[in-house]
Parts: sequence; C-alpha cells; structure tokens
Amino acid sequence: MKRFLIALLLCTLPALPARAALDPALVKQLAAEDSDARIAAIQKLGTSGDPDVLKVLKALASDSLMVTPDGRVFLMPEDKAFDAATGAEIDPVPAEYDAITINNRIRSELDNAIAGLRLLNPDRAVRLAAARELQSDPGIELVPVMGKALAKETDAEIRHLLRFALDQANLASPDAKLRLAAVRALGHDASPTTRGLLLPLTDPANEADAAVRQAATASVKAIESRLAIGDTLGQIFTGISLGSILLLAALGLAITYGVMGVINMAHGELLMVGAYAAYFMQGVFRSHLPAYADWYVVAAIPVSFLASALVGMALECTVIRWLYGRPLETLLATWGLSLILIQAARVLFGAQNVEVGNPAWMSGGVEVMAGLVLPWNRIVIIGFTLFVLALVWVLMQKTRLGLFVRAVTQNRAMAGCVGVPTARIDTLAFGLGAGIAGLGGLALSQVANVGPDMGQGYIVDSFMVVVLGGVGQLAGTVWAALGLGVLTKFLEGWTGAVIAKIVVLVIIIVFIQKRPQGLFALKGRFVEN
Amino acid sequence: MRTPVTLRFLGMLTRTGWIALALFAAITLVLLPVLHVYVPHDNPLHVSNYVITLGGKIMCYAVVAVAMDLIWGYAGILSLGHGVFFALGGYAFGMYLMRQIGTDGSYHSTLPDFMVFLDWKTLPWYWTGSDSFLWAMFLVLAVPALLAALFGFFAFRSRIRGVYFSIITQALTYAAMLFFFRNETGFGGNNGFTDFRRILGYDITSPEMRSTLFALSSLMLMLTLLLGRWLMTSKFGRVLTAIRDAESRVMFMGYNPLHYKLFIWTLSAMLCAVAGALYVPQVGIINPSEMSTANSIEIAIWAAVGGRGTLIGPVIGAALVNLSKSYFTVAFPDYWLFFLGALFVMVTLWLPEGVVGLWKRIRNRGRA
Repeated sequence: MKRFLIALLLCTLPALPARAALDPALVKQLAAEDSDARIAAIQKLGTSGDPDVLKVLKALASDSLMVTPDGRVFLMPEDKAFDAATGAEIDPVPAEYDAITINNRIRSELDNAIAGLRLLNPDRAVRLAAARELQSDPGIELVPVMGKALAKETDAEIRHLLRFALDQANLASPDAKLRLAAVRALGHDASPTTRGLLLPLTDPANEADAAVRQAATASVKAIESRLAIGDTLGQIFTGISLGSILLLAALGLAITYGVMGVINMAHGELLMVGAYAAYFMQGVFRSHLPAYADWYVVAAIPVSFLASALVGMALECTVIRWLYGRPLETLLATWGLSLILIQAARVLFGAQNVEVGNPAWMSGGVEVMAGLVLPWNRIVIIGFTLFVLALVWVLMQKTRLGLFVRAVTQNRAMAGCVGVPTARIDTLAFGLGAGIAGLGGLALSQVANVGPDMGQGYIVDSFMVVVLGGVGQLAGTVWAALGLGVLTKFLEGWTGAVIAKIVVLVIIIVFIQKRPQGLFALKGRFVEN
Repeated sequence: MRTPVTLRFLGMLTRTGWIALALFAAITLVLLPVLHVYVPHDNPLHVSNYVITLGGKIMCYAVVAVAMDLIWGYAGILSLGHGVFFALGGYAFGMYLMRQIGTDGSYHSTLPDFMVFLDWKTLPWYWTGSDSFLWAMFLVLAVPALLAALFGFFAFRSRIRGVYFSIITQALTYAAMLFFFRNETGFGGNNGFTDFRRILGYDITSPEMRSTLFALSSLMLMLTLLLGRWLMTSKFGRVLTAIRDAESRVMFMGYNPLHYKLFIWTLSAMLCAVAGALYVPQVGIINPSEMSTANSIEIAIWAAVGGRGTLIGPVIGAALVNLSKSYFTVAFPDYWLFFLGALFVMVTLWLPEGVVGLWKRIRNRGRA
C-alpha cells in the first residue's frame, strides 16, 4: 500500500505544473539565437513574479530545457517531456530535440532571476536563503523584483536583508536620486562591507553627481565612527572577559597568598586539577547521561571545587603547614609540589592536551550591534566570575569560617587565645583558596587548552594580579584583574599579543617600584611585615 | 693593622681547602683533557665526548649556583630570574658563534640561516661587530650587567625584597623569554642559535676545543669560588650578611644597603653570563627556553640542595642534581619530575642547610 502511494506520488509530481500558461512568446524567446533576446526573455519572465516561472528557469540553468527544430520549448527532467508554457505532458516525446545551451552571461542573468523568484516563494526558509544570497552584489535588474518582494514581505529579518540588498543594488542605478537615497540609507549600517561599497562613490571618477558624492562621504564617515565605537566596545568586552579569567585564576591565590601569606607556586596546578575535574565530569556525562551531556558543566562546578580543595588541603597538611613564616622556603617547596602534580597529570591522563567541549548552549553569541558579536562562552564566564566573587564575599564576610579566617589573618596569637582553632582554620582557608582555583580551572577549560602544563602559564599572571592589587586586599585583586585584562587587550590592538604581554609585565614591574604595596595599600603600622 | 694582601689571600682557605682546590685543578685542567685528547678511543682510560661535555656543562651550572649563593645565601635575595642572565650571556656569545659559521650554513649566505629564512637582507644594527671575538666577550659581560644594574637599582632603591623581589624577577625572565621567542626580535625565535662550526677559526667539535672549553669552565668555577670566598671573608661580606639578617638595623648604623646589594647582584648576574657564554659552545645550542621560569627556579634548588651560604655547597648541589637528572631522564624518564619535585619538598622541609649542613651535623655529632 505504502509503495503504491509513493509510486502514485512520483507519477503525479511531474504532472503538477498543470497551471496558468506562461506567455508562449517569451518562452519561445528563451531558445532564441540571439543572447540579448534570451536575456530579455529571462528578465521579463523573472519580473513577472510568477512562481511557475521558477521551474522553467531552473530547468534552463540545469540544461534540461529542450527545444525541437520547429521551436517548441519543453522541459525534460527525466524521460518525460512537459510543455514549458503550459506544463502539459507531451506524449510521445518529440523525436528530435536539443538542450538549450547557455553562456556565462546568460547564466548570471538566470541566477539573478531565479533568486528574485525565490524571494516571492511562500516558504520562509526559501525566501531567507534567497535574501542571504542577494547580500553580495545583487544586480540592478533585480530592483523591481526586490521592491515587489519587500512590499509583500512581513518577516523582519528578511525585510532587513532585502532592504540592504535593494539599497546596494540601487547604488548602481542610473537615477541619481535613487543612488542618493540608497547612499543615505546605507549610512545607517555599520559593517566594513558597506563601507567598502560606499567608498567608490566618494570618488569623482566613479560618481558624477556631487550630491551623491557628498552623501557617500558623510555615510562613510558615519559608518566609520560607528565601527570605531563597536571596535572599542568589543575590546572593552574582551578585556573584561580576559580580566575575569585572570580574576578567577588569581582569586584563590589572593586568599592563600594575600590573606594567609603562603606563596603557593602550585596554584596553577590547582587550576589544572579543576580543569581535569571538568574533563572527568564530561566523560561521566557522555557515557552515563548522554541526554544531559550539555549540562556537565553545571555538575562540574561542585566537583571541580571539591577536587581542588581536597588536593589543596592535602598539600597544606603535608607540606605547607610546616613552612609558615618562611615564605622563600614555601615558594620552593610548593614549586616542587607543582612539578609532582604536573607529572601525576601526565601519568594519569597523558601528556597531550585533552578535549573539553563547550556545551551547545555556550556556543554562538549575541549580536549587540553590527560588527559586535559577544560570544556566549565569554558572557557565561563573566557571569560565573560574578557568582564566584559573590560566593567568596559571602564566605569571608558572612560565615563563621570567614570570621575566623579574618581573625587569624589579623592576629594569629590573639585569635588562638580566644579559642579559634588556628591550625584547622589554616587548612580550611587553604582549601577554600584551592577550591576557588578549581572553579577558575573549570572556567579555563571552556576557553583554553586543558593539559598538564596549563597551570604554568597562569602562575606569573596570577601573582602579578595579586601583587598589583595589594596583598591581602580582595577588592584590589578585582580591580587589578579587570584593569590588566582591559589594558592587555587594548595594547594587543596596537602592538600584537607578545609585545602587549611584555609591556604589561614591564608596566607592573615599574608600578611595583613606585608602590611596593600595590594599588590598595594597607596604611600605617602594617606596612612593614 | 692591615693584613698584607698575600696573607689575606692565602688565609682565605684552610690548608685542606687549598689542597682540595689544587687536586681539582690537576684533574680538570690536566688529567681529564689529556685522557680525552691523547688516549686512543679503544683504550679503557679514554675519556669520552659525553663525559667531557657533561662535566663542562655541570661546571657551568656550578658557577651559576655559586652566583646564586652569593645573592641568596649571603644577601638573602632570592632571584627567580637568574636564567635570564645566563641566557643573555649565552646569546651574546652565540651571536659570535653564528657569525663564525660564515657561509657554511644551509643557505650559504653570510647572514645567519634564520635571517635568510625571514628574508632579511642585512644584519640588524645590534648585530654590528658580532664577528669580533673581543666585542662578543664585551657583550657577554656588559649586557647582563647593564640589565642587572638597572633592574637592581630600581628594585633595591624602592626597597623591594623577599617574595616581592622573587616574583618580579620571575616576571622579568618570563617577559624576556616571550621577547626572545619572537622571530622579529632577531635572535632566531624559538629555535634560537645552533649548528655552530668554530671558535676563532678552530673546529668547535674537535677534542682539543672540547678540552679547552672544559678546562676554561673549570678555571671559571675555581675563580668564582675564590672570588666568592674573598668577598665573603672581607668586610663587604660581613655587611652583606648583616643586611640579610637585619636590613633596618644596618641602615640605622649608617650603611646604605643599596650599594652593597646592587654590587653583589650585578656581580652575580655577570658570573651567570660568563657561565652561559661557556655553556653555549659546549652544548651547541641556545634558545629562549633557557629563560623559562622553571629553569630559573631550578638554579635555586641547586643552591638549596648543596647548602646556602657555603659556596662549596651549591657546587655539590648543582653536580648532584644535574647528574641525577642525566641519569633519571634516561633510565626513568617518567619519574624525573617526581624526583625533582620531591627533592624540592624534602630539602626545604628536612634539609634547610643542604648537604653541607647535613655533613656538618654528622661530624659534630661524632665529636660530641
């Protein structure tokens, strides 16, 4: 039964072009000897806006439009023939016929005409695709079709695309008034392509009309200033996004180094642990919960935090605890720990970088304005940074643990006297700093490579942020991270990435000479030690 | 009453010390080079290329470790950027070595191969005079000294010390590494300099040249030790250790720590640079990874393993760590980093005075 239905459908499909006949004279002209006559016929058929023309023109484009020696034009998709003008089946197939061959000039005309016809198609997807195709170099002859389509079109996106194509086509219009209107309209756009389109019209060699030249110059200027704004905003955004990554990397360090005075060179490796925890969760979700694979990132938040926190507390209990008050020794010992962690990651997961994918809901971006697309993963990371900041603030200011940590920071002996278990607080505070590094590692896994060496690249940067912000100052860390991020991105625009990095390091070195205590220095007696 | 210089010089070391030094000189300046050059390959007494190169390399490292000891052990300044001075010395001498290749490179050009590759037509201005051996020697000393003096002046003037100082020296070497990684910097990008052919016209791979470089490294090491000993037994050394232990008090007594620190810091950088210049022709390559932060921290661990503030300790430390590195990276390549990491941890936790301290403790216990 099913097979029969399909067979029936296949039989009826070619018969569908039973419709109101096209102008037989025009159809006949498609097979004319003279190219100009054929082009005229294509254009006339195209502007008619009749959807049935599409079939004929497509057949012409794919060499399946045939002509008999006596000038009868018919379609021959397979082994059956249909009259081009009426769509009626011709049986038997004519004994003698030839495919109508077309040259490149005709082909480009044909493509335009087909595009124009598709603009009037009832299916939105077809119209949208056609409008997209018209974005680059639409022919002037399509203006009437596009105008017609625009008048009928209700979809906002397609209207926008069409208007742009129409304006663009009108730039070549022989009518100076139309050109002027198009130039003015395009001045509201803000893309480098539009600028490229308008630029020739500012030159007297290409544009005779002074008014149009003037308008074109004004439009180019408007576009350029809008592009510059977009560019600057884009740089500020990437700067903030870089800053928030720096902040996530440095925030844990600000707790362990700034608040506790421990120089933790293994901090970068705690980031790595967090990133590998994300990788691990991705694997778990892919094999056990493939339906929710995109949400592994959310599940990884507590896992990354705990993994790094546990590693951090283990380090504190075994090594760092014995070195309080000896910062240089701590530095060397934690460097040794970082080497061990790196090698452990190599042995466990291999020396190569592992693949941690962005969930689908984090790919793509929002277009805020023309030429300025904000990628979702960056936006999510900025939001995540805010979340972590809030978390740290609540933990440090609103919980008993935070109170104890602050008490031990300010006066260890006195805190011990009033019953704060200082040793345990040290372990917990170190675990907190390490856990936040783990969250930083999770964020990094979404934008950077995950591999055994990944932490090494961040350790210098993180220290710079903490030192610049002022030791023991969480607020300073925030400003330092954002400032460094934005500064780096702006410098990169002028000098390239490597020089920008060097310049930033030199600026920090010079800055520390001037203000050894960082941006937000503690004043008074605290300054020496 | 002033002690005559000769007496003061002889009194620097104990009798055993002088004998040990003479023995070391006899072995490294005469015995090993002779065994390497004049004893045929099949003779069991022949000293192989490998031993001579490894020995020369380790003695260069030992010079760096002693230089590190001068500032860390005696002045309490932990530099995590000494690799940059070592590498700068190496690069300065490497420029000369590159020019000595002449037209024997793959492109048969008078320019170094990497410049031909970058399509440069002439030498950049800072390569002027790089074909002169004397100018190369001058650069080896002057460039690191200038960088160290400038950096040290600003850092010590604003009284940056302790961990802060360590971290900004780390930033310094990191920035330098990034800078040298660029191809446009004109020092061969991430490949650096390699494929050296000769020094002063002599073949760089000949046994005679290897032995000469080996002996020069040994001489440099002995001179560094003597210089360190001389300085640290002088009044200057006393002031320096006083600054290490209580900088504010020394200031209140009328000394300006800036001059003392700056002098020892610059001297230490220059010693590193000379070691780097001797190192490069022996290993045959210099590239920016010598400036990586990991390399610079490793220098600190050589000094710590041997024992800080002892001069001889860092030599032992450099030798121990690098010999075990040569062994481990061949025998158990996967475990070298575990071992090195554990070494860092164990030395800081249980051996704060290093091997020399351990030796002293054992000897004292025997006496008591």
